[in-house]
Amino acid sequence: MLKDFTTAIRPALVLTALFALLLGVAYPALLTAIGQALFPAQANGSLIREQGRIVGSELIGQAFASPRYFHGRPSAAGKGYDPTASGGSNLGPASRALVARVKSDLAALGPDRHGTVPADLVTASASGLDPHISPEAAEAQVARVAAARAMSARQISGLVKQQTEMPLLGILGEPRVNVLLLNRALDRLHLAGAQAAR
Amino acid sequence: MTLQGWTLIAIYTAVILSLAKPMGLWLFAVYEGRRTWLHPLLGPVERALYRLAGIDPSAEQGWRRYTVHMLLFQVVALLLTYAVLRLQGVLPMNPRGLAGITADGAMNTAVSFTTNTNWQWYSGEAVLSNLSQMLGLTIHNFLSAATGIAIAFALFRGFARRESGTVGNFWADCTRITLYVLLPISVVYALFLIASGVPQTFASSIDVTTLEGARQTLVVGPVASQEAIKMLGTNGGGFFNANSAHPFENPTALTNLVQMLSIFSLGVGLTWTFGKAVGNPRQGWAILAAMMLLFLAGTGIAYWQEGAGNPVLHHLGVAGANMEGKEVRFGAAASALFAVVTTDASCGAVNAMHDSFTALGGLVPLFNIQLGEVIVGGVGAGIYGFLLFALLAVFVAGLMVGRTPEYVGKKIEGREVKLAVLAIAVLPLCILGETAISAVLPAGLAGPLNQGPHGFSEILYAFSSGAGNNGSAFAGLNAGTPFYNALLAVAMWIGRFFVIVPAMAIAGSLAAKKHHPEGPGSFPTTGPLWIGLLIGIILVLGGLTFLPSLALGPIADHLTMTSGKLF
Repeated sequence: MLKDFTTAIRPALVLTALFALLLGVAYPALLTAIGQALFPAQANGSLIREQGRIVGSELIGQAFASPRYFHGRPSAAGKGYDPTASGGSNLGPASRALVARVKSDLAALGPDRHGTVPADLVTASASGLDPHISPEAAEAQVARVAAARAMSARQISGLVKQQTEMPLLGILGEPRVNVLLLNRALDRLHLAGAQAAR
Repeated sequence: MTLQGWTLIAIYTAVILSLAKPMGLWLFAVYEGRRTWLHPLLGPVERALYRLAGIDPSAEQGWRRYTVHMLLFQVVALLLTYAVLRLQGVLPMNPRGLAGITADGAMNTAVSFTTNTNWQWYSGEAVLSNLSQMLGLTIHNFLSAATGIAIAFALFRGFARRESGTVGNFWADCTRITLYVLLPISVVYALFLIASGVPQTFASSIDVTTLEGARQTLVVGPVASQEAIKMLGTNGGGFFNANSAHPFENPTALTNLVQMLSIFSLGVGLTWTFGKAVGNPRQGWAILAAMMLLFLAGTGIAYWQEGAGNPVLHHLGVAGANMEGKEVRFGAAASALFAVVTTDASCGAVNAMHDSFTALGGLVPLFNIQLGEVIVGGVGAGIYGFLLFALLAVFVAGLMVGRTPEYVGKKIEGREVKLAVLAIAVLPLCILGETAISAVLPAGLAGPLNQGPHGFSEILYAFSSGAGNNGSAFAGLNAGTPFYNALLAVAMWIGRFFVIVPAMAIAGSLAAKKHHPEGPGSFPTTGPLWIGLLIGIILVLGGLTFLPSLALGPIADHLTMTSGKLF
């Protein structure tokens, strides 16, 4: 039994050290080198730049409060859409706190609300950084955005349809709209309209 | 529930079944120590590792030596991670100046990653530097997976060898599995993830000015390299707190499908490898059939519940599936499927928050873990755990027909059955015992976020997850306290090694036995009767043991929820 133990000491120590170098250093370093060379945009966080400034990542949702913008889902990440504190609300299905939050979000929708509300619009995502909402949740906000920007609802609704991504091969994923990309397209459309009017 | 959702589940099942043989063949080559097409590239690395560490890969070991060598390796690697986490503040690659981890936290995490559990009391993006993620954690994602498969190989040899005193060489098994299976697949897999949007950089954070002019700090790092082995090795410890729900870990529906497939891929392959090793692939298919039937049952219930949605919110005028704690790009079907896959296997990665599942939707992942993580299960751990249940099943069958039970050519006698019961009984003792302690002590009761039965479910889930080496959570529980860190570290260690050591003793005991050819009186262990018996044994043991605790948690939760009572 003692020999079983003593014969293990050298392999255990040396192999741990070597595997630490191979798997803990060389492997991530190799992938970083290849990733940065082949897919630099993705490897660095799919950043969106505007005039040299970084305005966000395509993959990470942002908080929107202005009526001129489409709003994402309620977020439990920090004070909302904080990537240094990702996570969900973790509230159970029969939680008082959940019901209170949903009621207050429903009230805040106010005039946007016609009939039932799509679930994703009043539920917190798992990451708190969900970049998407469902097309129905976007449609529910069209009237508000149109009024705030003095644009036609038909035009904005068309933009939502244009920005809707459908499931891959009809199976993978849900129909969805990236809120940040939609709002950027909305700003561009608004600007183009204003310039044409001038 | 939608046709699209059921189609996804059907496609997933079909692809997994088609992966069993090719993966099994590859693993069988490594099991036998055969030369593969990767040897010209990686053979020199393998030989260099042996030379430097003073290992003779052809030196056969008995079960005791194999086990002792494995255990000492675990302890050394655990101490490395403990040191890296404690010293984080003075180590390099820490541009955000994150401090070292507390003693109880570092010990919990070191145990967690060594045991392939990957329970996380901390939030990765807030607490860990890139060096800690790589050197402290990624290394265990490989080594704990390789160790699990090595133990499975030793047990396979116990069944396959005749009158032998040895079960293989631990160092050779562990090194070959790492070099020829885990590493090459992870490299290709990580490149796919990077191309799909998962960051891979040594930078740590990026400041952003949002469209509305606010400041947002994006956390990045070497995510893809960790993500690949996290899924492939059924580890499950996320780079970020939100785990595979985080868009930087799991950006698209396609990466989500691949992540779910990778959780099961090695586990289903090992069922085929087992059949091949004992000379009859149908033995492996029978095990896989029992596993997949249990998997489909769980998936059906979870998707039905999550797709139907939360009746409490429906009353308020909210339509559709239960989307609290779920991502829009995945929806209810891919979230429910992921939850079942990750808890059938002992992975524990999540793409949705199990705590916010409906009561019965959340019961499924909890019960899956409590069944012993044998529905495909963790890499290696799933099949050696399942084989313990198979020994009990032939024992029960033997009692019914009044013959000495036998399984794949070996007589199963008192010693093997006692050891199997020991390994299986330690889990409920640990889960229920520690849950009971936490449900009465103030330090335990301080943990749950939710009130009422759901709060109890959070505690029960934590210890099931710890002892089952799963690592997922009802994450409302505030487990980052010395109390929970200590209790959960104990649960994780017992859940891993108090199963492995009896399993290795069984391997040694079986290897020494003569081959006992199947005769006309043998109970057949390939047909539907056998598959039914296996499922029955697993459900009866799990059900009888855990039903009372489930009644206090999710079942009470469901009954009160449907009657409209809030907590």
